[in-house]
Order: sequence, then structure tokens, then C-alpha cells
Amino acid sequence: MDLVETYGEELRFARKPLARTLLILLLVALALLPWWGPRGWLTRASLVWLFAVGVIGQNLLIGYAGQISFGQAGFLAVGAYTFGHLRIAGIPFPLALAGAGAAAGLAGWLVGFPSLRLKGPYLAIATLGFGTATYQIFANVEWLSGGRAGLAIPALQPPFGLVRDTWVYLLYYAIFLLFTGTAYNLVSSYLGRALVAVRDSDIAAESMGVSLSRTKLLAFAISSFYTGVSGALMAQYLGHLEPQAFNISESMNFFVAVIVGGLASVEGSIFGAAFVVLVPALLGGFRWAVPVLFGSAILSVLILEPLGLAGLWLKTRLYFRLWPFR
Amino acid sequence: MVGEALLEVRGLTLRFGGITALGGVDLTIAEGETLAVIGPNGSGKTSLFNCVTGLYKPTSGAITLQGESLLGLSPDRVTARGVARTFQNLRLFLHMTVLDNLMLGRHLHFRKNLLAAALRLRGEEIRHRAKVEELIEFLDLEAWRDSRVAGCSYGVQKRVELGRALATEPRLLLLDEPVSGLTAEEKEEVSYWINEVRGRFGVTVLLVEHDLRVASRLSQRMVVLDRGLKLTEGTPEEVQRHPGVIRAYLGDQ
Ligand SMILES: Nc1ncnc2c1ncn2[C@@H]1O[C@H](COP(=O)(O)OP(=O)(O)OP(=O)(O)O)[C@@H](O)[C@H]1O
Ligand SMILES: [Mg+2]
Repeated sequence: MDLVETYGEELRFARKPLARTLLILLLVALALLPWWGPRGWLTRASLVWLFAVGVIGQNLLIGYAGQISFGQAGFLAVGAYTFGHLRIAGIPFPLALAGAGAAAGLAGWLVGFPSLRLKGPYLAIATLGFGTATYQIFANVEWLSGGRAGLAIPALQPPFGLVRDTWVYLLYYAIFLLFTGTAYNLVSSYLGRALVAVRDSDIAAESMGVSLSRTKLLAFAISSFYTGVSGALMAQYLGHLEPQAFNISESMNFFVAVIVGGLASVEGSIFGAAFVVLVPALLGGFRWAVPVLFGSAILSVLILEPLGLAGLWLKTRLYFRLWPFR
Repeated sequence: MVGEALLEVRGLTLRFGGITALGGVDLTIAEGETLAVIGPNGSGKTSLFNCVTGLYKPTSGAITLQGESLLGLSPDRVTARGVARTFQNLRLFLHMTVLDNLMLGRHLHFRKNLLAAALRLRGEEIRHRAKVEELIEFLDLEAWRDSRVAGCSYGVQKRVELGRALATEPRLLLLDEPVSGLTAEEKEEVSYWINEVRGRFGVTVLLVEHDLRVASRLSQRMVVLDRGLKLTEGTPEEVQRHPGVIRAYLGDQ
């Protein structure tokens, strides 16, 4: 029997003992991946973690707040280049990461202003414009992008005699956990409720005392902060920055991840990130098929399972909750 | 029980291109009073509500709440001043649970701290939850607390909307056709609740109602709108005897 005695108890994360135990086991197993998984998995998994942070950010904006944005590559670039320049200037990794998030968050806040006026497809086009403009700026302003040679990011020095891949994995995993946990906390707070309210009915939200401008701008700022951090992690991962990494197809990757993973779901974002990172890897020599596969994945999600992978996951859980009394 | 003027509307005019939705409407509602606005379809009742709550910008006129102008305030600021409403065609947050819909009504009373939210400090949440639970009990919504609003019946949805408006702790409650679309039995219940709301929460109620019987029963005073103009006002008996009302309102039924 599952009895909840206080309101506070009901607000706890992974409240049920079984869920809690399984979750902890999973998290520990993933933390130990460098010691039991094949070498090749490590870099892939690091990529999943860094992508997941960005996809969660994008999902906060699209899935929760209902504000369409196709400009993610722009925020990614702002984060990556801010991080790159800070690192080259000798700023330590954590500070540079925070700086990247802050710069992208500020950009997001500014880009959010059109959202106070524009909706749906119009907002999508405005943000697409931002993404393209950012790309053009980084592609053409040499002191920003490092010109032809690009920007070389100083490599991380692993402590405790760890192998570099292992250290990067652990670091990225920890950052991923921090941002994922924060996202879970935010979406279950008053802010998350306000975001969904704005998405479901902006008129009602406003009439119930939710400030539309503040909420939308905050959604843009937080989302871009996440995306900026993701961009910074990408910069560190690549070790070398070129504007080409931040063109429109990168925005599309994030968008695919959000839709396939499941709108308005944090775990969906993680599934989505894994999807867009791992599927191309599995295709190996057939890279040309990636866009085809992404396109068909979006179509099948929209037609078959609007809640995406998170929807499938929810159904599976429901099945087991009712099992064996199905 | 009826005190001084809470809401005053003077010369309220609202035009949409060539259409005059409101053509200089005057209206006063006293603290503690229940006033019904009636009128045929398209007479400007909802437009009046939308002007008061800040959704529409009136072309001219004045709207004051306890002497302070509401003009130019965004809807959330109007709500913060103590005005809450329900909508004629429900506007609920369909993907949220009944509980979350009501909790959103508390939004403006939350002490908002992003850091606390990010760290999952939920003191505020629990404090407001207690208030919301009182409303859930009052409106008999216990059975639907964790149901998604989209899956609830129309009658329950109407109740949730009333609860959500009450959760903002309004001084003035605007109800746009609170019993339309309900069964006879549900109409009885909602009428009962509206009466209870006045007694228990001490709110002043301004309601739009198509059903003249319900309107007469619930309100102490009525204002009749016809094509954006105030036709007459008075007690329910006076209004029902007015020849213009019989022609404009009852005549077309
Ligand atoms: N946003 C709008 N744009 C254009 N015209 C509008 C708008 N809102 C209302 N109107 C017009 O204003 C007039 C009054 O409409 P309103 O909705 O206030 O009527 P109502 O009295 O609430 O009617 P009902 O009983 O059908 O709800 C109508 O002619 C309507 O077409
Ligand atoms: Mg109306």
C-alpha cells in the first residue's frame, strides 16, 4: 500500500522505494561505465551527456513553455565560443562553463523578446533568423572565430592519473546529472507550472496572474543557458571550433531529439539525445541515410506516439505497475 | 453587507473597426454586492469583462477598482489587484491536473525564488497546497484531484475554473456564464456554490448570465446590455418588467 502522509512527501523525487533503488543502481552503473564498458562507448556516451543538456534546454522552451525555436545552433555557438575564448584566456573550466551558460542565457533573453509578440510559425522564423545570423557572424568575424585556423581549446588535464577519456566521461556525466536534476526540480516547481500554463492557454495564464513576458523571457534565458553549456561541452569535446559546427542542421538535430524523445519530458530529452547521437554511429558508412532516418522518426512519432520515446517509456511503466493484473 | 463602490466603469467604449462592442457603458458595483449583466448574444457582455480584466484595451472610458484605475494594466497585474475571472468557453490548462490548475491560481501569491525552485525547496509549495486543499474540499473536487483536466466532465471543468479563480483570492470575481451548458442539477449546484462563495470568501461577484431565472436568483441587481448600450438597470423584478428588456431579451427567446 502506498500511503502518502504529507504534501511534502508527495513532492519528493522518485518517491517510491523500488523506483528509488532502481534509479540509484542505474546511476551508479553509468558512473562506473569506464570500468566495465568497452572503450569505444566512452566518447559516445560523453557525447550523449553533453547533447542531453542541450536537448533538455530546448525541451524546456518548446515542450514546456510551447515556444518554438529553431535558433538553438545560435545559442550553442554563443556558448561554445564564449567558453573557447575564456579557456584560451586561462579561465578555469567551471568558470568558463558558467560564463558560456550566462552569455547564451543573455542571448536567449534578448531573442525572447520577439516571443512576446509572435507565436507559432512566426516565432519559429524569427528564431531561425537569429540562428542563421549568429552563424554568419561567427563565420565572418575573424577575431571571434579565430579566422581560417579556427579556435583551439586547451585540453583538460585529468587528475588522479585518470585516462583522459575516463575523466571527460566522468566530468560530463556529473554535469549532466547536475543539469538534469535541476531541470526536474524546475519543472515541478511554480515555474514549471507557469511554463505549461502559458503553453496550454496564454490568455488564462495571464488572467490568473502569470506575467507572460517574464515567464517567456525566463523560459528563453534558462533554455539558452542549458544550450550554451551544451555548446561549451561540445567545444571542449571537439577541442577545436569552426563555425561550420553550428549551422542549421545542428538546430535540426536538437529539434529531432526533442520531438523523438518526447515533448515536455526530461527523461524524453535524454532518450532523444541518445537517439540523435547513437543512431548515426550505428549507421556507420551509411551516413547519408541519417536525415532520412531522422525524418521518418519524426513522422512516426507524430503519427504513432505523439509523446515520443517518453510516451513509450510511460506506457511500459504503467504496464509494469499494473502487472500482473493487466 | 453592501458597502461602497468597489468597481466603477465610466463611459466604457470599445470599437473593433466598424463594430461598436461597447458604446459608453456606465456601471458601479458595491463591495459585497452581486451584480448580473444580462443581454442578448453579441450585446458586449464578454467584451465588458475583457476590458475590466485587461485583455481588451478600451477605446475610451474609465475603469477603477477602489478608486484606482485599471486601464493600461496587463491582465496579470489586474489579477494582482484582486480581480479574478472565469471564461465563457472554458480556458483551462488541459494538460495539467485539477490540483495543478488550482495551484496555478496561487501563482501570484508565491514568493518566487528561482534558486529555491532549482534546489527543490518546496516550503512555498506546501503552504499554498494547504490553501488549495481547502478549495478542493469546498468544491467537492477530491475525486478528481490528480486527474488531468482534459479528461474531466464539463461540469467538473466548470468547477475547476471557479476554483482556480478563487485560488487567486479575489476581491472581485467575474463569472462569464457560470451555468451555461450544465444540466439542471449542475445548475442548482453551481448556483449554490456561487452563493456560498459570497458568504464564505466575502467576494463581490459580477456575473454574466443568459438564463434570466438563474440571474434573478443569484443577483441583487441587474444591468441589461443591448448592442453595446446599457438598456436599464435595477432589481431583478424591475428589470424583468422593463418593456425594452422584454422586447430585446425575452422577445427573442
Ligand atoms: N476580438 C474581437 N474582434 C472583433 N469583434 C469582436 C471581438 N470580440 C467581440 N467582438 C464583437 O463585439 C460584439 C460583442 O461581443 P461579446 O462577445 O462581448 O458579446 P456577448 O454579449 O458576450 O455575447 P454572447 O452572449 O454570445 O456571449 C460582437 O459583435 C462581437 O462580434
Ligand atoms: Mg459572451
